[in-house]
Amino acid sequence: MGTVLNIAPVSRIEGHAKIAIHLNDAGNVEDAFLHIQSLRGFEKFIEGRPAEEVPRIVNRICGICPWMHHLASNKAVDGCFGVTPTPTGHKLREMCQVMAHINDKILHFFFLAAPDFVLGPDADYAVRNVIGVVKAAPELATKVVKMRQLGQMMLDKFAGKAIHPIAGVVGGFAKPMVEAERQELLEGSRTLLDFACYALDFAKTNVFAKYMDTIGSLGVIKTGFLGTVDRADGSFRIYDGRQRLMKADGSYVDFEGADYAEYLGEHVEPWAYSKMPYAKSWGEGFNLDYENPKGIYRANTLARINVCDQMSTPKAQAALEEFRAAFGRPAQATLLYHYARLIELVYACERTIELLEWEGITDPNVRARVEPRAGRGVGIVEAPRGTLIHDYTTDDNGCIKSANLIVGTTHNIAPMNMSVKQAATSLIKGGVYNQGLLNQVEMAVRAYDP
Amino acid sequence: MGVPTALEWLGSCAGCEIAILNIGEALVPIITEALDIVHAPVLMDHKYFGQCGEGVTMEIPEATVGIVTGGVGNHEHVEVLEEMRKKCKVLIALGTCATHGGIPALMNGQDRKTSWEGIYQTLTTDPGATVPTVEVPAPLDRIYACDEKVKIDMQLPGCPPNPALIAEVIVSLLEGRPPVLPGKSVCDTCPTKREGKGAVTTVKRFITNAEFTPGEPISEMRCLLEQGYMCMGPVTAAGCAKLGAPSCISARVPCRGCFGPVRKDGNQLLDMMNALASNGIDFNSVVDRRSILRFSGAHGMLRPVKKRIEEEES
Repeated sequence: MGTVLNIAPVSRIEGHAKIAIHLNDAGNVEDAFLHIQSLRGFEKFIEGRPAEEVPRIVNRICGICPWMHHLASNKAVDGCFGVTPTPTGHKLREMCQVMAHINDKILHFFFLAAPDFVLGPDADYAVRNVIGVVKAAPELATKVVKMRQLGQMMLDKFAGKAIHPIAGVVGGFAKPMVEAERQELLEGSRTLLDFACYALDFAKTNVFAKYMDTIGSLGVIKTGFLGTVDRADGSFRIYDGRQRLMKADGSYVDFEGADYAEYLGEHVEPWAYSKMPYAKSWGEGFNLDYENPKGIYRANTLARINVCDQMSTPKAQAALEEFRAAFGRPAQATLLYHYARLIELVYACERTIELLEWEGITDPNVRARVEPRAGRGVGIVEAPRGTLIHDYTTDDNGCIKSANLIVGTTHNIAPMNMSVKQAATSLIKGGVYNQGLLNQVEMAVRAYDP
Repeated sequence: MGVPTALEWLGSCAGCEIAILNIGEALVPIITEALDIVHAPVLMDHKYFGQCGEGVTMEIPEATVGIVTGGVGNHEHVEVLEEMRKKCKVLIALGTCATHGGIPALMNGQDRKTSWEGIYQTLTTDPGATVPTVEVPAPLDRIYACDEKVKIDMQLPGCPPNPALIAEVIVSLLEGRPPVLPGKSVCDTCPTKREGKGAVTTVKRFITNAEFTPGEPISEMRCLLEQGYMCMGPVTAAGCAKLGAPSCISARVPCRGCFGPVRKDGNQLLDMMNALASNGIDFNSVVDRRSILRFSGAHGMLRPVKKRIEEEES
């Protein structure tokens, strides 16, 4: 056996992982792994908790997308207690979720991914980061910092906490919106929409056009896709809808979230704490071979952009049409996750405005009557990192009896391993490697925003 | 050059890191001028085993200030924390996981081994799957707060911590003075109306919204404990308030104790029992009393329930 390169920690991602690249005696890649290093056990330690408390416990699964866990959990508890939130309660939840997507996308693209493109993949590691971006492009950076802060503070002010939220509650929302809040949020959302359009244009010119060769080769694999679409017309959805599972050839099935276990399974490898969901319903098993994968689909931005029939908002729809004309459907190139992320950023801003302009948004009837009871509920939202599934059963006292969670990031663990191996194998030959090349292997991971 | 600073995260969710970013525009001069960030997995690319991954021992650069988030749950966390202690002159534990165990320490209330096995045997996991053991760090017997493993120089709890207090800690260090941090309880800083001991003798679950007039200031709403809700304001350290009122109260939602106990070594469960008893409220009306320790289960506070006698007999 030759050498093992341990790229640890994988950096500028939102979790804990390391890459191990195994080289043979000739210095070529024998194998490569993305090891997921952390397990906390939320599925188990929420057992026994009163179900209405769980949305404010599971948000701690992820400090970057706490709203997603908070709301998927609230939907699952709604199901357990057999309650339908009031229309305004539903819309307030959706507004918070969509706003949280805005901040997440600004954070990922500009703070975590951009250094690779603005400073270059081979730039010295000491400057290849957001601090380097601030120094290299102070005007852009100041704008980005301001916009992310605006989005965060809008949520903080309206909903009490932007990080680890508490305002979503079983049956709806904890407080109504008053007109003054609506006006302030509308103004902020319009500013964010302007920025989103600017960001997409900026990236089209300065990133995607410039790095077209890298996009066409780095970490490219061929898989299926999973996302959420509108029940009536197949439009892009992130808060509510039905699930769409697409094969690499573009054919798909739609299913209701409650039936997820018929379509998805979770494979476990002994070398990663994270489970690896796969398309059980395809009946082909699970295989990580990047040239001949079995059961592998991807989630997150590119998946959602691929599975939807159209975007329901005008500016995002125009961007989708341009994207599809250039890359087809489904688009497979891994770095296109970044492009899809910015299309979603535009949608999220447009959708926030739509929700704020809905006449019922300031209705004071925000929470339906709730009684704790035994039941089961499956709550699904699209988290930035993929379809997020919370499935709970409760006892007679309305406390959690058992829980099954499929967390957004995990859908992409298997594909990320494939992309890592593809990238490492194509970049490292004859024992020749350097920090720039190894950073490109990490870029294949970073695109997935794990 | 600024003050060399290293950031690390252990068993964390990245919420503390987002709270650091939420310092906002004021953060820009801090990270570009005042500090020189030499290691921070979430933001920059310094690697433990050299930039090409050829090294065999983990190495973090020397730093004046070290900030660590997350609790200690496995052997890699211990290794990283010890290396941080070795390399940093001043080590700050940031966030409630690092200071008191936080939510992940809820695992301390159960048998970890059985629970972990269950996690790999759910409705959707492949039959026969077992807990991974190859190339993944082995777990400790329970979740620890950072100060149970190494000496910590400064503790700043919060889930998430308050960006203004994070900035205060950093700036005070740079200015060579002690930080100005709140030492009171959430209740002490809560503007809601208190009308004194009333007819409340039990606490209710938060399945109905609080009573208040939308749009009116928080100071016009009656105290949530007096409205009959379980609210942990009396036994929780202040510091969450960003716009006047404590954060959850500002959303009209009761406090669940995310800044940990008022005194560093306080016990939120015992303190809450006392607080309720002294207000004439029956403590037995609290559903799932153990979850009062949901943010402070490290330091041996939360332990697995002893097996019942009937189970031993069977």
